Amino acid sequence: MSQPSGAREPLLTLRGVRVGTSEHRHDHEIVRGVDLEVFPGEKLGIVGESGSGKSLTVLSVLRLLPDPPVRLLGGTITFAGQDLSRLDDKRLQKVRGAEIAMVYQDPMTSLNPLLRVRTQIVETLRAHGVDRRTALARCQEVLGQVGLPGAERVGRAFPHELSGGMVQRVMIAIALSVSPRLLIADEPTTALDVTIQQQILELVEDVQARTGMAVVWVTHDLGVVARIVDNVVVMYAGRVVERAPARRLFARPSHPYTLALLGSLPHAGTGHRQPLTQIGGTPPDPSRLERGCPFRPRCPFRVDRCAEEEPPLLDRGLGSFAACWRAPDEWQS
Amino acid sequence: MAELIIKATDVVKEYPSRRGPPVRALRGVSLVVEAASTLGIVGESGCGKSTLGRLLVGLEEPTSGRIELMGRPVDGTSGRGVLARQVQLVFQDPFSSLNPRLTVAAALGEVLAVHHLVAGRAERRSRVDELLGMVALAPRFASRYPHELSGGQAQRVAIARALAVQPQALVLDEPTSALDVSVRAEVINLLTRLQDELGLSYVFISHDLAMVRHISDVICVMYLGKVVESGPYEAVLGAPLHPYTRALADAVPLPDPEVEASRRKSTAGEALVLGAEPPGGCPYNPRCPLVEEVCRAQIPALLELRPGHFAACHVAARELVSTPGTPAPPGTLGALGTPGA
Repeated sequence: MSQPSGAREPLLTLRGVRVGTSEHRHDHEIVRGVDLEVFPGEKLGIVGESGSGKSLTVLSVLRLLPDPPVRLLGGTITFAGQDLSRLDDKRLQKVRGAEIAMVYQDPMTSLNPLLRVRTQIVETLRAHGVDRRTALARCQEVLGQVGLPGAERVGRAFPHELSGGMVQRVMIAIALSVSPRLLIADEPTTALDVTIQQQILELVEDVQARTGMAVVWVTHDLGVVARIVDNVVVMYAGRVVERAPARRLFARPSHPYTLALLGSLPHAGTGHRQPLTQIGGTPPDPSRLERGCPFRPRCPFRVDRCAEEEPPLLDRGLGSFAACWRAPDEWQS
Repeated sequence: MAELIIKATDVVKEYPSRRGPPVRALRGVSLVVEAASTLGIVGESGCGKSTLGRLLVGLEEPTSGRIELMGRPVDGTSGRGVLARQVQLVFQDPFSSLNPRLTVAAALGEVLAVHHLVAGRAERRSRVDELLGMVALAPRFASRYPHELSGGQAQRVAIARALAVQPQALVLDEPTSALDVSVRAEVINLLTRLQDELGLSYVFISHDLAMVRHISDVICVMYLGKVVESGPYEAVLGAPLHPYTRALADAVPLPDPEVEASRRKSTAGEALVLGAEPPGGCPYNPRCPLVEEVCRAQIPALLELRPGHFAACHVAARELVSTPGTPAPPGTLGALGTPGA
């Protein structure tokens, strides 16, 4: 197992996490057994396409799954030594926000449109036991911290009076206002322009460097991953198919899916208007998988064994693990 | 010079506002699209790039200015008729642009029937198969409904529908943004192949700079309803003249941790709230790291600062004065060079 931060205890540990729906006592798994660890101060990226289960995996941590119909079917989630799946709602509420904060993709739907920004920040702080006067002062402070000019004016504004980038920074301000030990960001910049995305990435890096909080960044954008994370987890069809330090993953991917994803982007070596590498086929529906490796139908390197058995994560050296029967130097069509 | 398929001259589009002055989505945009070439349009949300796309296909009329298709002006009196078919629009989300109750064959057949392009059922069927073949879908897809298609397949059907009327040009508004990363390459490859086979012109509107660079011959950068830079793709994204283009290009995170580790700090500055009226002088001046006195006083004209490479920036214009280009009168981009020429 790769331990990027030496022998320290992980802050968050997921073991065998399964998420899905149940119908007539039959489980349809969408997340099919995910193991992962986040160490204090680590920046972990979770990459995957729609349907890969990346969002459901992180939503399961704070029991935020859209239940019904989707629920945690199995596995354990441990945060700082306590098993989150065994906590009652009241005690879990103490962890939400205070210990683990979340930021979502669409900032405009995360704020209450009828309340001023200031009210919503103060409300959050009050819910975490801060008295009203301190909360008001702290509100100005965090708005300033996230680089919003005129914190006073932004605080008085209603969400619709701000741009998407400003609202997302307000959301991050709220998330950071209670000094969490872990920030989980689920595609927080996908709906934003690249220039605003850049400011938000810089902001999170700043705060992270100052406070040492750990960050889990869920995204489909490999550029964002290269930009901010130390370690990457690639998900496909509800499983982790590769886990590696970021530099290692980009320099030498150990799973054919990662290789194909990187190859499909236009890069310096791609000729103008020349065909991009296509992956072919479409991502499978995780609840309707056949036997064997779920990437097999799209994989150029498949062998007979891939149709028989789904590969576990195998050690490929230098901190890299991949769910592929073949090592990269054996890849040939 | 190649034939001009689309020519827009000083196009202005205003939307009435209940309170205060009208919102000016386009503040005088001029551009040309040559036969069998691709014009890429980039800019942040609210810069007017989608509005421009809608005007080019005639979904909306400009408040002022002129749009010519294949040398003929499009206006109320000439009607759009046959001319209208020459430019077709493909939207970002194929599932919201395809009727969920129509099979692929019915969606394509409807277009063929409305425009009287086929006589009889047999001809319609064979033409539907032919269109599916053009976008690399097997004939069995004809009987599918949109919900039975993947994102990439649905976008290919939307492209086939646009091609049904045999247009000269397609306006592609973020055609890959709603698609999964692993199927984007497939749609882009299809578009370049169709362009080569059919000699189509494209207006490719996107915020994905890497994709725009990959597919475009000429790139226009828009900011608050104006073109602030345009020219051959290598020049605009490789050696940008306008500080806004530089900020945009710098902001795109690249899938390479080595490059990202040496990244510069953001230069983009604070974006304006949607619909806000820009300040006097250069509209980019509140965000610009190079801002000078003149930038607050005067609106910079779009000048040809290098051959075929235009920018609207006082600072760039002054710095390039030692290697003078020919100043083009503002609002005419007829001199837009052929890329690579």
